[in-house]
Amino acid sequence: MNKHILIGMTALALTLGACAKRTPPPETVPQGPVTPPTDPNSTDPNSLEVVELPALQADLVAKAGSDTIYFGTDEYSLDQASQATLAAQARWLMANPNVRASIEGHADERGTREYNQALGERRANAARDFLVSQGVPTSRLVVTSWGKERPVAQGSNEEAWAQNRRAVTVIIR
Amino acid sequence: MRLIFTVLLAGLAGAAVAQDTQEPPELVGGSVRTNTAIAVPVMPGNMIGRQVSEVIASDLRSTGLFTPIGPGGLPSYSVEEAGNPAYPNWRNAGVAALVSGYIEQRPDGRMTIACYLHDVTAGRTLANQGFAVSGNDWRRAAHKCADLVYSRLSGQQPFLDTRVVYVAETGPKTNRQKRVAIMDSDGSNHRYLTIGRNTVVTPRFSPRGDKLVYVSHIGRRPRVLLYDVASGSERLLIPGNHITFAPRFSPNGRSVVFSMANGGNTDIYVVSVDGGEPRRLTSAPGADTSPSFSPDGRQIVFESDRSGTQQLYVMGADGSNQRRISFGGGRYASPIWSPTGNLIAFTKIAGPFRIGVMNAGGGGERILTNGWQDEGPSWAPNGQFVMFHRTPQGAGAARLYAVPVNGGNARIMPTPVGGSDPSWSPLNN
Repeated sequence: MNKHILIGMTALALTLGACAKRTPPPETVPQGPVTPPTDPNSTDPNSLEVVELPALQADLVAKAGSDTIYFGTDEYSLDQASQATLAAQARWLMANPNVRASIEGHADERGTREYNQALGERRANAARDFLVSQGVPTSRLVVTSWGKERPVAQGSNEEAWAQNRRAVTVIIR
Repeated sequence: MRLIFTVLLAGLAGAAVAQDTQEPPELVGGSVRTNTAIAVPVMPGNMIGRQVSEVIASDLRSTGLFTPIGPGGLPSYSVEEAGNPAYPNWRNAGVAALVSGYIEQRPDGRMTIACYLHDVTAGRTLANQGFAVSGNDWRRAAHKCADLVYSRLSGQQPFLDTRVVYVAETGPKTNRQKRVAIMDSDGSNHRYLTIGRNTVVTPRFSPRGDKLVYVSHIGRRPRVLLYDVASGSERLLIPGNHITFAPRFSPNGRSVVFSMANGGNTDIYVVSVDGGEPRRLTSAPGADTSPSFSPDGRQIVFESDRSGTQQLYVMGADGSNQRRISFGGGRYASPIWSPTGNLIAFTKIAGPFRIGVMNAGGGGERILTNGWQDEGPSWAPNGQFVMFHRTPQGAGAARLYAVPVNGGNARIMPTPVGGSDPSWSPLNN
């Protein structure tokens, strides 16, 4: 018991020390559960619905510039613009330590349905990894894929497809 | 929906056999010519006779093999004539075959729908069968009658008494409502199985047609659900909160193969429908998805971009001996093994998306469709047709089509709204 507390305090001290030079200072107070507790083995499909929080979402967009990054055709690498957007999102997430985010990958219509589910996860995962590299705790991020199910542009042309190949950071709490 | 087959003890059956040596029959299994004219006059004995004959004619037309004539405009006949038609009269009408029958009340409250197929030229009965159905199920008997005719004349297994489950799509492309819907394969008895709150994709029948697996975005994540068609009850197939999709039943219905995505990598797993831990079958870096069992359950075809682009691979049902089978240029996706085992249908991406088939061992590729974006093939249970969905350029709705595997035009499926991701049921029992 004492040993666990000692390890915990050491970890906390190390964390504080490591982050001491950053502004704003991180608040590493442990957060409570951020979603309703659910039985991980539950098979009831309606036991949980994660919903967007519009006010926080608007704040993220206002302060980080955008909640969305874009990808090339069948690509999931992050270009410089995407990295800059994600870095700004990471700063916002660090400044709002009580929220969690769902990183949601999307694909354009020019892929088959199931492949696009996989591609969307790759895109979301790439964005998630970058946010983590910027200091956002993994525990605050979940990843999902919408495949090609939720286009924002309805045309069948390169301009529309470019808008639909994206990963969106959705604040869920 | 239980249908009981009654063998009709019509004396004609024996007489027809006795005539076999007279002259070569005009209409034999497998030799039927396209556009064979078949008269389908109104069945006597009940008010619904006209509707029964209309369904039979419509079913026969949908096969693309026949030119059904009637029931409108054809002469009537009596119950007694159903098994003993006036062949010279039908010969004069210019038809090669005649589908007759009658409808009769049974003591148990149901009705018997009798079905006869006659070779008009040879003047003999080729097949006959009776179907005992409750009043609400007369369409089933009509489909069975059409299947009897199709099967006897084409030499193929029946496929008309089947259902289709698909995703009904409504609303604008950027806010589309998607619901699982089920219907008879001629579009009748259409109903929605989900309410549209969650986005759903890829419903697929179990081998017995009593269950479905499909994917629903629950808690924003794609999750595989197991759905019981009779009761409407459903449950998550895989516990936990994983991203799971691309489910298909094994041929014995006891397990489901699917994809799970994690950490930017998608692999194929198999899990018992009764629960338990999924077993991992692939581990290559890349997107391994769209798995489909061979009908003997020993192999699985799937797509993977491990080579750099989407291609088709076959492996043992335990994940062993993974080998690529697509080498035709372009990308290959969403494979599905034919019920006869010898072919694999797929989506080919080479500019447009097209539906094609190839030999199960690779090679022998044939492209069957010519839309801008055709994808998501599903086989008819007799392996003679492939259903898929066609997405138009722009904001329009996707629609379901079925195309014959051995050549012919795709025909649109009658759905009340837009549709995608069709799954053709096994033959109804």
